[in-house]
Order: sequence, then structure tokens, then C-alpha cells
Amino acid sequence: MPAWQILVAIVGLAAITVLTRGFFVIPEREVPIPAWLREALRYAPLAALVAVLLPEIAMTDDHLIATWRDARIYATATGVLVFCTTRHLLGTILAGTAVLLALRLGLGW
Amino acid sequence: MTGISLGIGAWGLVTGVAMVKAGLGVPLSIAMSLLVFAGSAQLAALPLIAHGAPLWVIWATALCVNLRFIIFSAGWRPYFAPLPRRQRLWITYFMADLNYVAFMRRFPKPAAMSDQLPFLWGGVAMNWTAWQAMSLVGIVLADVIPTRWGLGFAGSLALVGITGTLLVDRGTWIAAVVAACAAFAAFALPFHLNIVVAIAAAIAIGVLVDHFTPPATPAHSGSDA
Repeated sequence: MPAWQILVAIVGLAAITVLTRGFFVIPEREVPIPAWLREALRYAPLAALVAVLLPEIAMTDDHLIATWRDARIYATATGVLVFCTTRHLLGTILAGTAVLLALRLGLGW
Repeated sequence: MTGISLGIGAWGLVTGVAMVKAGLGVPLSIAMSLLVFAGSAQLAALPLIAHGAPLWVIWATALCVNLRFIIFSAGWRPYFAPLPRRQRLWITYFMADLNYVAFMRRFPKPAAMSDQLPFLWGGVAMNWTAWQAMSLVGIVLADVIPTRWGLGFAGSLALVGITGTLLVDRGTWIAAVVAACAAFAAFALPFHLNIVVAIAAAIAIGVLVDHFTPPATPAHSGSDA
């Protein structure tokens, strides 16, 4: 992607930041929140995250991981385990990254 | 707020490294950090930018990741509606997740009061500074760290944690599983459209679960209800 296009993308993303954070704050008059929107909003962010995340974890070059010697599997498992036991975001990142680095640098996975 | 700043800083560091590793280069990474200032949206957009997805897919993805802010903004409104619009616009750029959590804990009653703005700006100053400073450190260090280490994966781990916080009941679990299946099944689609398919499928199944969850009364056999 050429640099100018990335810049356009970034400016658009900045607009999205302000528009979403201020969605109900910016208008002068009270805006009613429709019920269907409230329901859809419950699931949309979750689905977006899962859809972006899983292929990143479980795929290499557009194919599912075919080997057990992939550091990402163990890093993710560690992250999930730490998160489930502590509900701590920073700990999840640090523990998973530590496992990833150990396997990548130590075993070359 | 100090502990929170530490976490935000680590998150910013990861995002800083991830931006450069996605091929943005230092100037564009700095621009993204300062202008966008939304970690999860940035991290979600990066693989799409790296793969050259169309702009609308990038924006639609960021919009979906940011949808929670629309909910938050409905919560913010009673406190800041009396302010002039220009000031409201300015504030909204800074209103990150943790500011929302801290503010709502401090001011549970939805009414405007005089000490709210100083409280908000104090939290914003810490949050914004910690984030931007560490993001900048990440951008600078990214070229020192070999790509082979795969540190960009720290961003994915952060998303694992964020996903975990969103899995709160049966409906969200089912929606997540459906989104995962759809994302893989539709993976062959061009331009990461599998993400859009996954979102549509998850919303559909989630709303269905909401509407057809039987009430918590004793179950009766037969399905002719």
C-alpha cells in the first residue's frame, strides 16, 4: 500500500475514533438509541476481534498450521491460561510473549 | 491510576512495535499513534493495511472494534451535554476505555458537577501521555528488534485478553464460536471480507440467542411452543 494511501487510512481511522467516542455526546439534542442497535452492538466488537485474531494465531501463509512446533500455539495457550486465572491483560501479554520468545529463540520454532 | 498507566504503557509499546513491523515506517507510525489514539482499532487495522486491503474494509473493521465507544458515549452524555460543542468534540478524542471506567467509578450519579472536568483531564493526561510515550519508544525500538522474534504477536495476545473480557455469558460465547467458524470458512474471500461475514453471522446468532433463550422456568418437553 503506498504511503499516501496509508495516510488516508490513518486520517479516516482518526475520524472514526472521534465519531465513535463522541457519538451520543456531540449532537446538541438527545438521540434515542434503537433497541436493535443495542443488541447488535453487544456482538459486533467481539466478532470483529475473533475474526481478526484467530487466523493470525492459527494460520501461516493462508493455511492452517500443520505442525505442533509453532511457538504461537504455546504462547496463545499460555495467554489464555493466564487470562482465565488472573483476568489480567498485562500479565496475559507478558506471559505469552515470554513463552513465544523462549520457543523462538531457544528452539527456533 | 498509576497501575493503569503501567498497563496502558505496555499496551502502547506493543502497538508502537506492531505499527513499524506492519510496514508503516517511523513517520506514519507516529502519525497513526497521535491521530488515531485507539489501540485495539490500530492493532486490528494493521494486518489489513499490511495486506493492502481496501480502505473501506480497514475503516469498517476499525468501526466494529470501536463500537463499544458508541455505548460509552451514551454513558458520557449526561455529564458533558451542558458543555459547548467545540469543547465536547475536543474531549471525545481523549475518552479512552480506562478513562470511562475510572470516571464512572468516581461519579456514579449521571449528573453534571463542577469537579468532573478536572478529574477527567487529570486521568486523560496520565493515560494519553503514558500511551503516546511508550508507543513512541516502541516505534523507535522496533527496528532494533529482529522481525524473527515475532514481537508483533504481543498485539495478538492483547487481543486474546480483550476478547476474554467480552465473553460474559452464553450469548457472547456462542457468537464468538460462530464468528470463529465463519472467519475460517470464509477465509478464501478477498480483502479480508471474512471479517465482515463473521460479524454478520455473530450478530445474527447472538440476536437469535437473545430472543429465543427460554425463560428460566422449569423446562417442558415438546417443542411446539
